[in-house]
Amino acid sequence: MNLADHWLFSYQALARHRLRSTMVLLAIGMGVSSVLLLTSIGEGARLYIEQEFSALGSKMLIVLPGKKETTGSAPPLYGTSPRDLTIEDAQALKKIPSISHVAPIIAGTASVSNQSLSRDIIILGTNRDMFTVRNLTVKQGRMLPENSETRATPVCILGAKLAKELFKKSSPMGQWLRIGEYKYRVIGLLKARGESLGLDLQDMAIIPVRSAQVLFDSPALFRILLQLKQTDFEINTRVNINKIIAQRHDGEADITIISQDAMLSAFNKIIVAVTASIGAIAAISLIVAGILIMNVSYISVSQRREEIGLLKSLGASAREVRQIFIISSLVITSFGSLAGLILSYSLVFIIQTNFPKIPLAIPWWSTIAAIFMSFIVALLFSWLPANKAAAVDPILALRG
Amino acid sequence: MTDNAIINISHMNKTYQVGEQPLHALQNIKLNIKQGEYLSLMGPSGSGKSTLLNMIGLLDRPDSGQYQLQGENTELLTEEQRALLRRKYIGFVFQSFHLIPRLTALENVELPLMLAGVKAKSRQERASKLLSELGLGNHLRQLPKQLSGGQLQRVGIARALITEPTILLADEPTGNLDQSSGQEVTDILERYNRNGITLLVVTHDIALGNRAQRQLNMVDGVIVSDTGLPINTTKPYQQLGSSS
Ligand SMILES: Nc1ncnc2c1ncn2[C@@H]1O[C@H](COP(=O)(O)OP(=O)(O)OP(=O)(O)O)[C@@H](O)[C@H]1O
Ligand SMILES: [Mg+2]
Repeated sequence: MNLADHWLFSYQALARHRLRSTMVLLAIGMGVSSVLLLTSIGEGARLYIEQEFSALGSKMLIVLPGKKETTGSAPPLYGTSPRDLTIEDAQALKKIPSISHVAPIIAGTASVSNQSLSRDIIILGTNRDMFTVRNLTVKQGRMLPENSETRATPVCILGAKLAKELFKKSSPMGQWLRIGEYKYRVIGLLKARGESLGLDLQDMAIIPVRSAQVLFDSPALFRILLQLKQTDFEINTRVNINKIIAQRHDGEADITIISQDAMLSAFNKIIVAVTASIGAIAAISLIVAGILIMNVSYISVSQRREEIGLLKSLGASAREVRQIFIISSLVITSFGSLAGLILSYSLVFIIQTNFPKIPLAIPWWSTIAAIFMSFIVALLFSWLPANKAAAVDPILALRG
Repeated sequence: MTDNAIINISHMNKTYQVGEQPLHALQNIKLNIKQGEYLSLMGPSGSGKSTLLNMIGLLDRPDSGQYQLQGENTELLTEEQRALLRRKYIGFVFQSFHLIPRLTALENVELPLMLAGVKAKSRQERASKLLSELGLGNHLRQLPKQLSGGQLQRVGIARALITEPTILLADEPTGNLDQSSGQEVTDILERYNRNGITLLVVTHDIALGNRAQRQLNMVDGVIVSDTGLPINTTKPYQQLGSSS
């Protein structure tokens, strides 16, 4: 029996039991589409993050205090614990010709209050370069003062949500509010850009980095953001950064430099892993479909006993009978997978066109994995019934 | 007489264990069949006729004994090899037709060729030609439920003949048919026998059995008479044979 005939023969047999076949088809279709839809959420998140990163521009480097050895070699013995990064360190990096912007950041939480209204939020101490590096704009008022690195001016810029919560309907511009122990004047409002990499910029206050040093009573920088003039300067720039920091820190370049690419690929790895495990969980529904295939195949074998006996009397071997039943499962699985593919791709398409903000995308690998998986399941779960069919005694079956 | 025999059976035994008692369905069967012979096999119910037919058709395996089909020893063959021999040499015609209800007459007749891997176009041509020969040219696309008993059996015969087997094994082919359609079916079988096919018919119908050139009679798993043998078998059962 050639493959085309196998298909035809199985198709005719399946078409005869429309309800039963439809149930199996639906079960497989739902299994496939649950894998696809669930992984599409993870893949959508990954693409969203990728897009967020590229919105930042690919020329950013991040300098963190402390050396994180990832090469696996024994950690070097330090005489002292790693030194803090300071505003002066950041200023020293400006000497590197390939760097266009340097934004030192001191971050911490503090309570912000306006009269009786008070909130605990994240305070970001930084300078003007931050606005360029992170693509921030001021909706109203002005940016941080030019001398944010040298003078602890008591001014702040508020995120939109924070401004609304502290000042309700009245305009916060020019008003004074209290952050921790100090009073600050509101000089600007951030343009709402929503979330950026997990930081809710709308619920945040930005102050000059020198003011933050005073506020938190510590010169330690949280990190330094750098923008390169061109991407391909990265390797050279890293060397220069390490050299300058080493000079300033008694010969020890006790910092970690992260590029955006490295962060992105780390994110990618995590999300793909999470997506794959979600997909694997969804694949359990395929196993449920498999059990249905098995039961339906058993029913079909006992109903088609006479036919099996006949096929054997016509010269079909046990192996061919087994093939007939396995291929029958594969035929229904192909239709089921196809239904699942059509269902989930059109569902994702409809969501994308109607709600473009929801990030959804079916990853190619889960499409392949879901189809592959459904065929494996069909094969495994039809094996036992097919063997039962192969073992039918033609004499008993034909005596009927 | 074994030289030109297509079927060569000797010392064949088959015992079923029914409860405590062993049941000898076939006892020391010896049977040679030559190409083109027309045999009838008669005997009381339970005498082993179908069992013998299934042995010849390689659907069943004897407990002991030899069986050569077309000169080939079958005892040591695997199931796969036996299936292949069956496909090549054997055609079965059943009392209850055993047509697949979802398939049309044409598709039912095509089935053995489909199993053998013959291309769709050529098997359709062959099957419709054969069905036309059997007077079913106008019923190719009909499902079994739309056909009469006589028509069903003609489809069954066409299915058995389509692979051009050397021997046709018919187990009570007219058992479910009325007089006239039974006669039609018998005529067809005999026509193909005259064209060279070996025909073995199991029947309870004495008139039909008597039409065969060679008549076998079985009782309790033993062939008690065989008109094809010069001297009859040694067992003292001759009086039960209908024609010896
Ligand atoms: N699978 C089996 N298990 C037990 N006994 C069996 C089996 N197959 C056949 N027999 C017995 O073997 C004997 C011969 O059976 P067989 O079917 O060959 O008889 P038969 O001559 O064809 O009878 P009938 O004319 O009724 O068709 C019977 O007694 C039957 O009950
Ligand atoms: Mg019988």
